[in-house]
Amino acid sequence: MLPLTSSIEFSLAAELAIAVALGIGFGFALERAGFGSARKLTAVFYLYDMAVVKVMFSGVVTTMIGLFALSAIGLLDLTQLYIEPTNLLAQGVGGLLFGTGFLVGGYCPGTSMAAIATGRKDGLVFALGMLSGVYGYAEFTPQLDDWYKQTALGELTLPSLTGIGMGWWTLVFIAILLGGAWGMARLEHRFSGLRPQT
Amino acid sequence: MSTLTSPRPTLVGRTAGAAAPRPFWNPYLAGILLGLVLLATYVVTGRGFGATAGFAAFATWIAGIVSPSHIEASIVHTKYWNEGAPLLNWTLFLLLGTLIGAAISGWQGRRFSFTIERGPHISDGQRLVLAFVGGFIAACGAKLAKGCTSGQALTGSSILNAGSLVFLVAVFVAGFGLAYFVRKEWL
Repeated sequence: MLPLTSSIEFSLAAELAIAVALGIGFGFALERAGFGSARKLTAVFYLYDMAVVKVMFSGVVTTMIGLFALSAIGLLDLTQLYIEPTNLLAQGVGGLLFGTGFLVGGYCPGTSMAAIATGRKDGLVFALGMLSGVYGYAEFTPQLDDWYKQTALGELTLPSLTGIGMGWWTLVFIAILLGGAWGMARLEHRFSGLRPQT
Repeated sequence: MSTLTSPRPTLVGRTAGAAAPRPFWNPYLAGILLGLVLLATYVVTGRGFGATAGFAAFATWIAGIVSPSHIEASIVHTKYWNEGAPLLNWTLFLLLGTLIGAAISGWQGRRFSFTIERGPHISDGQRLVLAFVGGFIAACGAKLAKGCTSGQALTGSSILNAGSLVFLVAVFVAGFGLAYFVRKEWL
């Protein structure tokens, strides 16, 4: 039964080796998509290149189909998967802050690694900014952690909230992806004048 | 004269051809690969990606060097201290792998270059300041929301976590809402 960690106890060395191996796949996919480039990433906000949404959405739908299919045939126990408790205010305000940092900084934490690996100096500086941010958080605002736990709503997913199963939601997301692909192609065409000429 | 000038065009032409970066993958194809790696992460570890926790562990390691007494004073540092081995952090090793994977891909695609990504209307110095400020703000957002694009937007959304979907929407609301005001940085 999957996940593997529910039946196998990995040694620390094995766990860290697995992390590096999965990270190599993660970094390879990010760089292949062009996400080592801040201009490619932020292009999404000017609508002339929607690659960020295309990659994220097709990635999310691929994983969703896989999780659903593996659990439907009895190979994967979804209840064993970690789900971050929902805290609407934290995720809402945190998301707004994060989006601002993404737009202004040009990267997110994972893609800054792809940027550093391909020589982008602004990627390195973004990562240093991230490091100061998490350092500052640990120094000055640890009580936020307590607030988060006290006000969290618990593990909330769309199936648990609506009573509609994961399979149906997967179909909904596939439909949104197909409609979105069509819409994004139109947007890119409409805003192609903003695309850098070089 | 002719011997001096004639090799030039061919040399320039050849190096430009050899150095030209290969095109990126089709985004949907890259997305499917990303999704399969995330699926593998779930299937093997029972959790998805993360990135910010790796930064946090690294920050705690630095704090331990600068002033070990600080560690006990902060419950956040204590969380990442790992009995004196904060660097043996799962997410930090994932980031290490991310660096390696992106380096392999960038090397193979001839996309490695020491540059600063920016639009034509700001200076390198201005861009680096904004990169630092943006990283700082993104870190605060990710700490507050308990995840970033990796931990919330990708990992959480794919299992239909309600909070992750709220986070995802909020990221794009802020990005699209403020894009006009920082257009000089990118366009």
